[in-house]
Amino acid sequence: MASAAAAGAPPGPAAPKSRKSVTGTRKAVAGLFLLPALVLLGALVVYPIGYSVVRSFYNASGDGFAGFDNYKALFTDDGIRTALKNNIIWVVFAPTVATALGLVFAVLTERVRWGTAFKLVVFMPMAISMLAAGIIFRLVYDQDPNKGVANAVWVGVHDTFAQSSAFPKAHPGRESPLKADQGGFITTATVHTGRTVTLPLVGVAPDQMPGDAKKAVAAKPEPGKITGTTWQDFTRGKGVGRLGAPDPSELGYAGMRIEAVDTAGQVVASTKAASDGTFTLPAKADGARLRLPASNFRAPYNGVDWLGPALVTPAIIGSYVWMWAGFAMVLIAAGLAGVPRELLEAARVDGANEWQVFRRVTVPLLAPVLAVVTVTLMINVLKVFDLVYIIAPGSSQDDANVLALELYRKGFSEGQPGIASAIAVFLLLLVIPVMLFNIRRLRREVRR
Amino acid sequence: MRGNSNTIQTHRAVSTLAALLAGALALTACSSSDHKKDNGGKSSGATAPGSTLTLPKLDGATLEVAAVWTGTEQKNFKQVLAEFEKRTGAKVTFVPAQDPIINFLGSKIAGGQPPDVALLPQPGAIKQAVDKKWAKPLGADALKELQKNYSPGWQDIGKVGGKQYGVYYKAANKSLIWYNAKVFEGAGAKEPKTWQELLKTAQNVYDSGVTPFSVGGADGWTLTDWFENVYLSQAGPQRYDQLAQHKIKWTDPSVKQALTTLAQIWGRKDYVAGGADGALQTEFPASVTQTFTGGDQPKAAMVYEGDFAQVNIGDTKAKVGTDAKVFPFPAVGSSAPVVSGGDAAVILKDSKAAQALATFLASPDAATIQARLGGYLSPNKNVPDSAYPNEVQRTIAKALVASGDDFRFDMSDQAPQAFGGTPGKGEWKDLQDFLKNPKDVAGTQAQLEKDAAAAYGNGS
Repeated sequence: MASAAAAGAPPGPAAPKSRKSVTGTRKAVAGLFLLPALVLLGALVVYPIGYSVVRSFYNASGDGFAGFDNYKALFTDDGIRTALKNNIIWVVFAPTVATALGLVFAVLTERVRWGTAFKLVVFMPMAISMLAAGIIFRLVYDQDPNKGVANAVWVGVHDTFAQSSAFPKAHPGRESPLKADQGGFITTATVHTGRTVTLPLVGVAPDQMPGDAKKAVAAKPEPGKITGTTWQDFTRGKGVGRLGAPDPSELGYAGMRIEAVDTAGQVVASTKAASDGTFTLPAKADGARLRLPASNFRAPYNGVDWLGPALVTPAIIGSYVWMWAGFAMVLIAAGLAGVPRELLEAARVDGANEWQVFRRVTVPLLAPVLAVVTVTLMINVLKVFDLVYIIAPGSSQDDANVLALELYRKGFSEGQPGIASAIAVFLLLLVIPVMLFNIRRLRREVRR
Repeated sequence: MRGNSNTIQTHRAVSTLAALLAGALALTACSSSDHKKDNGGKSSGATAPGSTLTLPKLDGATLEVAAVWTGTEQKNFKQVLAEFEKRTGAKVTFVPAQDPIINFLGSKIAGGQPPDVALLPQPGAIKQAVDKKWAKPLGADALKELQKNYSPGWQDIGKVGGKQYGVYYKAANKSLIWYNAKVFEGAGAKEPKTWQELLKTAQNVYDSGVTPFSVGGADGWTLTDWFENVYLSQAGPQRYDQLAQHKIKWTDPSVKQALTTLAQIWGRKDYVAGGADGALQTEFPASVTQTFTGGDQPKAAMVYEGDFAQVNIGDTKAKVGTDAKVFPFPAVGSSAPVVSGGDAAVILKDSKAAQALATFLASPDAATIQARLGGYLSPNKNVPDSAYPNEVQRTIAKALVASGDDFRFDMSDQAPQAFGGTPGKGEWKDLQDFLKNPKDVAGTQAQLEKDAAAAYGNGS
C-alpha cells in the first residue's frame, strides 16, 4: 500500500487549474463522494467521543454539572487506581514479551524445513476470539490439577521431588490423649515400658487410607518395651464408637511414623506402625512423650494459585501473549523477508557468529518493524477487556482490574456513567500519543 | 436502588429452568388432556370447574406479559397464561425481557409500547417503577384475591407508599443447606436444627474424613446469602431491615456477632473445601456439583444455597431426595431464618384484562399449575402441598409459607447495586476478603461500612 501511494505522489502530467486536484476531480465532486463517509464518521466516531467528553463533566444521573469531580475520582478511587497500575503492567510487559517471542519465532522458523507449518500453528490462536481464548485459559489455570493443565504440570513436577504423605487431614478426635505440636501431634502424658499407648486420630478418608492397612488391634504390654496402637478411631456410620479403643472395623494407620521425644525435645527413638497400627519402641524411650511428626500429615500439594490475587495479572498476560505472539511473528517474518541476504552473508564472511549476526545485523534492520508491532500491540493492550473479564474469577477481579473493565463496571453495573465517561476520556488520552507515534512512523515509511 | 443484581438473577433464571425439564415433560400430557375437556368453558366464561375464582369475559382483549424467564421456566409460565386465555378468552403474549428488566422496560416505555404486565424481581425495582410512574395500582378484585391468599408480609413487599402494586407470583427460598446423604450416613450425622448442632454435625463429618462445607466463594452473592441467614436469625428481623436500609451501620455489634459466628465455619481450617483460597475460586455451580460427585468421598458434604441449587444437582448423578437431601438453615438465634427472593407481577398498562391477569396470578389456581410442573415455589399460602411434584420441593415450600411474616427479602438485592450486586466490589468483595481472613472481623466491618456509605450515599 505504501509503495502504491508513493508511486501516486509524483505530479500527474496535466495539473493546470487550481480548481482541479491532481487526479482532475472537482473539489465539489470529491466532497460529494466523501460526504457519506464523513457523515458516518461523524455520527459513529466524532459524536460519541464528543458526547463522552461532555458526559464526563456531569454527575451520575446526568442532570447536574459535576466539574472535575469525576476526574478526581479517577485518581482517588481505589478500584481505578488498581486498574491504572495493572494497565501500566500490561502495557509494559504484554507487547514486549509478545514481540520478543514473535521475533524469536520469526528468525527461527526461517531456518527450519517445516517453517510454514510451524508459523501456521503459532498463528492459529489469532483465529480464536478473545472470548473463546478467555474460556480456554480459565480452564488452563483451573486450581484443580485434574482440570487445569497448568497446575497438572506443576503438581506433576512438584510431586516427582516431594511426595505427599498418607494421612493429610488426620486430627485428634474428642478427649484425645494427643495435642497439636509443630504441625504434628504429641501425647500429653509420658510413656513407660511395660505399658501400652493408644494414639487414636480421626479424619482420614477411607479411600485415602494406605492400601495395606488392616484392622487395628490393641497392643499387648511387653516388659522392657513400649507398645501401642495408632489407628483411625472412627467407624463408618457410627462415629467414634468406643472412644480410645479400636473397634472391630477400625483400621490401623499403616506406616505412620512415631517418634519418642525426651524432655529436652530430642528424638530418642523412632519407629513405624505395622499394618494393623501396632508399634514397639525400645526401653530408652521410657519417660519420653510420643510424637506423630508433621511429615505424616503433609497436605497434598495443591499447585499454584494462578488466578489468586498475586498471579492473576501475569497469568492473563500469559494468555494474551499466547494469542498475539503469532501476530507479531507474522509481521516480523514479513519484515525479515525484506532484509537483504547479502548483509547477513557479509557479516558471516567477516567472522561474526550467529548470535552476533542476530544481535548486530538482523535486529537493527528489523527495528522499524519491531517498533510498529510493539506500538500496535500497545494500543491493543490499552483497551484489553474480554480476557480479564472472563479469566479472572469474581474474587480476584478486583486485583486483575484494568481501565476498560473498570469503565464497564462503573458504567453498566454501578450506574456511574459520569465516572465511566471520564475513564473513557482518560483512555483516549493515553492512546493518542501512541497513535501519533504510529502515524508519524507510517508517514516516514511512505516517504522512504 | 438501581436495576438488580444481574448475575444472581440470570443465574437463578438459568438454574430454575433446567430443574424443571423432567417435570415439564411428564406433565405436558396431563395438561393437554385438560385442554380438550375444557374447550366449551370459553363460551360460558366465568368460573372454571373446581375454582373459586371468577374472571371476567375478555374475548378480543390482548395482553403482553414481560419477564426475564427463559427455557423451561418460560414454557411452564406460558401454560399458566394458556389457562388464563382459556378461562377469559383474552389473548396473552409472552415478551421475553433481558436483565436488568427495569432498563428493558424503560426502553419499551420510551418507545410507547409498554407490556401490560411485567414480572419484577426485587422490591427495589417495583419502587423504581412506581417512582417513574410506570406502575399502576391493583384494582379491587386483584386486591381481594391477594388478601385472601397471601400473608401480610408478602403483601407488604409489593406495596409502595401504602398502595399495593405487586403480586408476588414466584418465590425463592434461600435458607437451605443441601447435603450429601451418603456422607451423613457414613459419618453418622443428623440434620441439625440449631447452629450448635450444625457445628457438631460438621465436626462429625470432618472426623469421618470428608470436608464439611463447600462454599462457592468466587461468586460473592453466595457469601452475602450466608451472612444474611446468620444475621436474620441472630439479630432478628427488625435489625435486618435496619441494616438493609443502612439505618444502622455495619460497624454495629450485631454485625460483629454475625461475622464472628460465620467465622466458626469459614475460619476453621479444613472446614471449607479447598481452603479459603480454593473456595474463592469455586463458582456456585461447581460448589454444588463437587458436593454431589465422588460417591461417599465428595470434596464436601454440605453446600448452602437456595432452592435453585437443585438445577446444579441435576448436572450430577445424584438424585434429589435420595442422594441429595436438604434441611432448613439452622437457627442461630431464637428462630430459624427464612431469606427469600421472588418475582412480582406489576401492571404497567391499566385495563380490565391486565387487572384480571393480576387477579389470576394472585390466585392459587395459577400457582398450582406451575407448582405441578416443578422448580417453582409460590408464596401463596392456599396452594395445596400436594401441588408440588416431590418431597423436597414440598419441604422447601412448607418452610417458606410457615415462616409467615418472619421471612425477609435478600438483603443484598435490596441494597444499591454498587454495594450488593457487583462482582469484586462492595459487600461481595468484602465478604470474600473476610472468607480469606476470618480473623479480621473489625477490619471487615470497617470496610463494609465504608463501601456501604459510598453506595447508599450517592442517592441510588
